[in-house]
Amino acid sequence: MGTYEFKLPDIGEGVVEGEVVTWHVSVGDKVSEDDPLVDVMTDKATVTIPSPTDGVVSSLSGDVGDMIAVGTTLVEFELEGSSGGSEEAVEEESAPVEEPVEEESAPVTESQPIEEKAAKASPPKISPPPPEIKAPAIAGKKSGSILASPAVRRRARESGVDLSGLSGSGPAGRIRHADLDAFLAGGGSVMGAAPTAYSTKRTEITEVKVVGLRRKISEQMVKSAFSIPHFSYFEEVDVTELEELRQMLNSSRSPEQPKLTYLPFIMLALSKIMPEHPECNGHFYDDSGVVHRHSAVNLGIATQTERGLYVPVVKHVESLDIWDSASELIRVSGAARDGTASLDDLTGSTFTITSLGREGGLGATPIINHPEMSILGVHKARDMPVVRNGQIVVRRIMNLSSSFDHRVVDGADGASLIQHLKRMLEHPALIFM
Amino acid sequence: MGELRKCQVLVVGAGPGGYVAGIRSGQLGLDTIVVEGDKAGGTCLIRGCIPSKAMIHAAERFESLSRHASEGGHMGISVSGEPSLDMSALVSWKDGIVERLNKGVEGLLKAAGVELVKGWANFTSSNRCLVETSDGTIEIEAENVILATGSSHIDLPFMPCDEEFILSSTGALDLKNLPKKVAIVGGGYIGLELGCALAKLGSEVTVVEGMDSILGIFDKELRRPLEIWLKKHGVIVHTNSLARGAEVKGKGASKKVELKFEKGGEEHTLKVDKVLVTVGRSPNTRDWGLEKTGVRMDATGRFIRIDRQCRTNVPGVYAIGDVSGEPMLAHKASAQGEMVAEIISGLDREFDKVSIPAIVFTEPEVVSVGLLPDEAEERGEAVIIGKFPLAANGRALTLEAEKTGGFVRVVARESDHVILGIQAVGSHVAELHGEFILALEMGALLEDIAETVHAHPTMTEAFHEGVLKTLGHAIHSA
Repeated sequence: MGTYEFKLPDIGEGVVEGEVVTWHVSVGDKVSEDDPLVDVMTDKATVTIPSPTDGVVSSLSGDVGDMIAVGTTLVEFELEGSSGGSEEAVEEESAPVEEPVEEESAPVTESQPIEEKAAKASPPKISPPPPEIKAPAIAGKKSGSILASPAVRRRARESGVDLSGLSGSGPAGRIRHADLDAFLAGGGSVMGAAPTAYSTKRTEITEVKVVGLRRKISEQMVKSAFSIPHFSYFEEVDVTELEELRQMLNSSRSPEQPKLTYLPFIMLALSKIMPEHPECNGHFYDDSGVVHRHSAVNLGIATQTERGLYVPVVKHVESLDIWDSASELIRVSGAARDGTASLDDLTGSTFTITSLGREGGLGATPIINHPEMSILGVHKARDMPVVRNGQIVVRRIMNLSSSFDHRVVDGADGASLIQHLKRMLEHPALIFM
Repeated sequence: MGELRKCQVLVVGAGPGGYVAGIRSGQLGLDTIVVEGDKAGGTCLIRGCIPSKAMIHAAERFESLSRHASEGGHMGISVSGEPSLDMSALVSWKDGIVERLNKGVEGLLKAAGVELVKGWANFTSSNRCLVETSDGTIEIEAENVILATGSSHIDLPFMPCDEEFILSSTGALDLKNLPKKVAIVGGGYIGLELGCALAKLGSEVTVVEGMDSILGIFDKELRRPLEIWLKKHGVIVHTNSLARGAEVKGKGASKKVELKFEKGGEEHTLKVDKVLVTVGRSPNTRDWGLEKTGVRMDATGRFIRIDRQCRTNVPGVYAIGDVSGEPMLAHKASAQGEMVAEIISGLDREFDKVSIPAIVFTEPEVVSVGLLPDEAEERGEAVIIGKFPLAANGRALTLEAEKTGGFVRVVARESDHVILGIQAVGSHVAELHGEFILALEMGALLEDIAETVHAHPTMTEAFHEGVLKTLGHAIHSA
């Protein structure tokens, strides 16, 4: 038997610490090589760290929510004799029992090589297999499907209710017709209330620990909102022509081409005009007082996922055509949603777009993705009566909200970017010239 | 080019997926065409589920007659003289049933206002196909396409079926004479169902299986009664054995086929009258223009990729049944077909089944719905399990259904008693599965079944008792 200290390995570019999100093992567990040990969340992503060895867990460092620095001991293992150098183990077993000295010394000699290996070997060798990025496990979630009869499931579907959010009043939380009635009667907001709930006052308080990604988001928001003086600017854009173009392209696209939304056009337009607005694209490192103006247009796409807000990145939009932009947009946001995004997909943005489209809304004050300097919010396009040449006509109007870091972007510069973007979107031929 | 027909729904294949999709589309008032190159009814009806069950029933009848005819009779009933088997008459009786059902399907399609076009479809784009019919080629253009092309028997490349000596299940259901000796390559459910029937009819059956057990989809406990039955009836099972080839030898009426297989590094030879190859089925994705539709395959490349609404990646094109993934079972295809027709008609549907029941019509029969105990544990469920022997069920004894140690087994979640899986093995247990699957779909707890009165004397009492056993207080079992 020997012991093996497993230290938090370097899990990606520039990551120095990670937060423990979920432990998959506890003290006393027997684990095999590659079994998942722990989910650690870094600035960039959540990573499941697999076990580097076979053995029994003898200690764990860090509770859920603790920050662990790269290189600190994470798990200690008791190794079985045979999992060390196998030849040595055979020797040890054949050694006469009467020689306690040799037997006692055996573990030492055996554990040393392993530790040395751990310390000396190049990272790719000793560090566990490539960490897989995945959604943190939802604790206590039961396997199998929703507990409800087929008739209830069908009714829910037809009423647009997602039953996974309801807990029923039936035995074992089975969702009954009455639960669905109550949910629908409450405008779909009485989550899982039993039918008797109307006459009952609700006093329950649910404590939700702000850990993991939620804490990251919270910290990042505070940093952005309180270190950056935001200057927000709103504009409305007539996208009637753009809509015609979009419809035309969609109806004539080939089967393997993705359906186009407004976003790829906006992305392409931004990539086209950004060279004229270099102060808006890049990073401001306020600690060192340096602005990095980027020539590449790497657009962060704020994406709502089940786990919270992610910002996957479409890189080098300036080199993409409309179809590539759309495909890449679908790919990165899909990857963020299903938890398969790579570190590369989640880093390197120079400008962020947040789409507020589906929910509508007239305006918002988007918060800049620190250390970037600008962010653009896109609202739902809708048909509006507008005045053109003294006549009231119906045009398709989309509102844009934007925020800029007023320390390094002047109001006029921010407004100029948005006005330029407006011209491009109102005369979409310009995007393709 | 022939005439161009336009329709709202085009269904390709009239198997249990396609014809149900067609009928439901018709009922919903959609202008529907079903294209089928063979007879309506598909593998299931023409050369699968139905004909095999006819043969199995006949074999059962023959076996009991043999028992009554044997020395001293059975249960006080004796028959003088040996029962005799006329294999071709048996096959025509079976064909009669198939014929009736085939006409029935055609009649139902017609009654639903669906046009059945006879011929093989060949797609030229995602929504157009050419069909060579006896009246010439017609072109069909559809707003919605339902691909229900089914699956086919898998041939072993080194011993392809000739349907004379080396048979697929199709050939095994059309035998002219009962083979004295049969070797079955592949101990899955198809091979074993036919193997049991042939053994009952009097063939000497040997099963050659590549894995370490037959019916590998089930657990050991569930396989056990079947293994005992096979042993008792002289069916030899070689596991971990790989077929290497088959050769027809001899002349005229004395022609035999020699099957070579490898077991434990040694080569064995088996001289038999027929070799039956049942090593699986593969989805029909070739020779009908799949590549022209632009439809994508799943990660394995075997099946058409679909979502929970059976949509493919091409808008307006759906795939159902065997061609769209496991499990390749008729009732799954039918349920998908019905659902897709409803989706096309504008209803909001999703394939959200808790479980697709699986039944093996061997002797004894094996039924499984939901999770096996191992599967439940793999999912991290803490479960309680109750097993009730059929030998303790009165009705099972009167039906001689308990024979080789059959039982009903219930798997439930320990914390809240939600039933996660139910299995049964024994004669006639297939018909019990209706209550099993209803329990799963309704999200039943052990207590729901415990509190339901089951009529005496029936075999369904064994399920009730299995549930009580899981709760720790079965009445008729310690």
